[in-house]
Amino acid sequence: MTDMTLSAGPKAPSPLVEAAKDAVFAAILVFLLSWLMIGYQTQVLQGQPMSYVTRYSDVLWAVFLIPAGRFLMTLTRFDRTLPAVIGGALGFIYLFIPGVLGVLEVPVYGEFFVTVDPLQPDILPFEQPMVNVIFGIGAFFVLAAGLRARRKKTVGAQTLEVREAAEARQARISKNLSSILGPLLIAVALIIPFTPWGDRKLVDTLILVMTYVMLGWGLNIVVGLAGLLDLGYVAFYAVGAYTYAKLSIDLGLDFWASLPIAGAIAATFGVALGFPVLRLRGDYLAIVTLGFGEIIRIILINWQIFTGGPNGLGNIAKIDFFGIPFERNPKEGELAFHTLFGLDFSPVHRIYFLYYVIIALALVTNFVTIRLRRMPIGRAWEALREDETACRALGINPTNTKLTAFALGAMFAGFAGSFFATRQGFVSPESFTFIESAVILAIVVLGGMGSQVGVALAAILLIGLPEVLRELSLYRMLVFGGVMVLIMLLRPKGLLSFRVPTIQLHGKKALPPTTAGAVK
Amino acid sequence: MSAPMNAPAIATGDTLLEVERLTMRFGGLVAINDVSFSAKKRQITGVIGPNGAGKTTLFNCITGFYKPTVGRIALQAEGRDPFLLERMDGFRIGQRAKVARTFQNIRLFPGMSVLENLMVAQHNKLMHASGWTVLGLLGLPSFRHAEAAAKEMAVRWLERVKLTRVADEPAGSLPYGDQRRLEIARAMCTEPVLLCLDEPAAGLNPKESGELNALLLSIRDEFGIGLLLIEHDMSVVMGISDHIVVLDYGSKIADGTPAEIRNDPAVIRAYLGEEDTE
Repeated sequence: MTDMTLSAGPKAPSPLVEAAKDAVFAAILVFLLSWLMIGYQTQVLQGQPMSYVTRYSDVLWAVFLIPAGRFLMTLTRFDRTLPAVIGGALGFIYLFIPGVLGVLEVPVYGEFFVTVDPLQPDILPFEQPMVNVIFGIGAFFVLAAGLRARRKKTVGAQTLEVREAAEARQARISKNLSSILGPLLIAVALIIPFTPWGDRKLVDTLILVMTYVMLGWGLNIVVGLAGLLDLGYVAFYAVGAYTYAKLSIDLGLDFWASLPIAGAIAATFGVALGFPVLRLRGDYLAIVTLGFGEIIRIILINWQIFTGGPNGLGNIAKIDFFGIPFERNPKEGELAFHTLFGLDFSPVHRIYFLYYVIIALALVTNFVTIRLRRMPIGRAWEALREDETACRALGINPTNTKLTAFALGAMFAGFAGSFFATRQGFVSPESFTFIESAVILAIVVLGGMGSQVGVALAAILLIGLPEVLRELSLYRMLVFGGVMVLIMLLRPKGLLSFRVPTIQLHGKKALPPTTAGAVK
Repeated sequence: MSAPMNAPAIATGDTLLEVERLTMRFGGLVAINDVSFSAKKRQITGVIGPNGAGKTTLFNCITGFYKPTVGRIALQAEGRDPFLLERMDGFRIGQRAKVARTFQNIRLFPGMSVLENLMVAQHNKLMHASGWTVLGLLGLPSFRHAEAAAKEMAVRWLERVKLTRVADEPAGSLPYGDQRRLEIARAMCTEPVLLCLDEPAAGLNPKESGELNALLLSIRDEFGIGLLLIEHDMSVVMGISDHIVVLDYGSKIADGTPAEIRNDPAVIRAYLGEEDTE
């Protein structure tokens, strides 16, 4: 069809020629950019003048691989998708997997691929394993482009209904997956310290992950339900942490007594911030909340007398078992955790206890959020997210509704902050920088706004992964960024995004096909 | 409420809404110029006029989206305190004075289900019943009863506007005509004393608009509330209005029964243009 319409104009381009032309240009460009920068590497050996080593093979590989990828990508535009699929898949398998193993220095493969010893020849194109990984990811994109073009070709032009049906199906899958994954994750989280893998390091990492899960669930109230983009969430986390620090150091209150106070003070801050800014919407609100987060941090740095300034506050009371301390040598006549339960003393007890405390706190957050969603206030939050003007016409007070969302979100951040302070035994402004807010927001968005299980998964991925990959050192943040980009590419609405109505007429067994059937 | 002595509507005692000398200026533009009219309960009052006549601005003043520059808007419902709407915050007009409205470009909560849309409309009632969420979180029976009653009312409205089958679907996925009816049902779920409809028949086919007429008439007769209606579709306005107010360039040019309006020379001029001979 397109040939006919094009025949009137200049000669229709042949796909192969077109793609080859493009690839040749790409090759020239890659060569120009890479031959000096990649081809020569300076090195300074002790006692010798600066010299260089050549890496021509890397240049050649780059000059071959990048245009090849472009060539395949261009072909997909002319409906020649098979080469892209095959080439992409081969490139991905060949480059990515050995590359990752090389980066991780897995010994078995290290011998086989010899990525560790640069002097021995190996089957991988690039010397640095990480470069292979990056090219592998590139190959993956070629593969993805091919697959997407193929799907488009088989489905044809997607009508609105087809797309809606696909979305509904995906939401249903997410929903079913969540109902299985949710309890499973909780069960695994509860028993993991008793499994052989539950060593101190893993539990420590999990405590961190759970803290972010809790923060994510708290922020979900503000961002996911009420639709208020809050970029300063970490401020409330800081308020909670410093509240507990001050209560513990100055007044000698223990964690359990401080927890409600910290939550209440954080909520008060939520209202105090909320009141002047809730007239703002969208981007403007985001900017102001971002500013608020920074204000809190700068106050913490500069109010030396009260907050200890940049040095922070130390010697915060560690957590106790509801009044019974975790101490090796309790005072005369007092109990300690291990004597109470007749155990041998171990510092791990406290860590495990912390772990269960954060799980309990996070589950409380989750439970309250789920309950609130079904309350009138929860529906009003969601309605406000959908259309504020319509809410006003229905007599819903937008200010109060937003303030409650802000206050509740802040309260949970305050709880999490107290927990953070008692775990660390030390707080300083450094822990509450903007990047923390960004990470928490990323967890909510990547998890799928409003999806509790999705938020948990995203926290595991974004917090757990960099911790597990600590060996990767430098590449850790690269992987972090890569994971974020991948999630957004593959699941733009978040890992698990779906919405279950808070009240149903036809019950859960209602037939989904009504979407198409009911409309006439 | 001190009504002028010569206002005939007050004397009859069933005036619901009294708009007096309403003026709305945006900078130098006078969108509404000294408009007075009244709307009675158990009546459908149509507001018509060419494009840009100030109809929607009038609605926005009545429903609190704009604060009028000059003028008074008084609402007096049977057995309720009188309200001066021009002094009230936007959302309180819906909350306290019980004035509900629909929008020219439909404003549903598209991601929420049809039933949820109707539940949100009963927010204030449910909020009270849930003890501002505290009692609701504890799951007290009084809240559960209130919620069940709210659901029942929503279901009644769903049946009335024939949307029961799609109750659990997202409101945004409904076809246009269904969305229009849902918006009216949602407004009615706030149990208003005055329902303001901004072009409810826009984009409906003749069959749908006939059904809409029947719905509006049944609302008028059954609930005894006042309806205020902006409409372009003359078959709707002339067919169901008990009383019509005509605006042109922000001023009221006529006020009367449909028959009177149809023969009013000023109205004909506004719609068809002036004759050359004059």
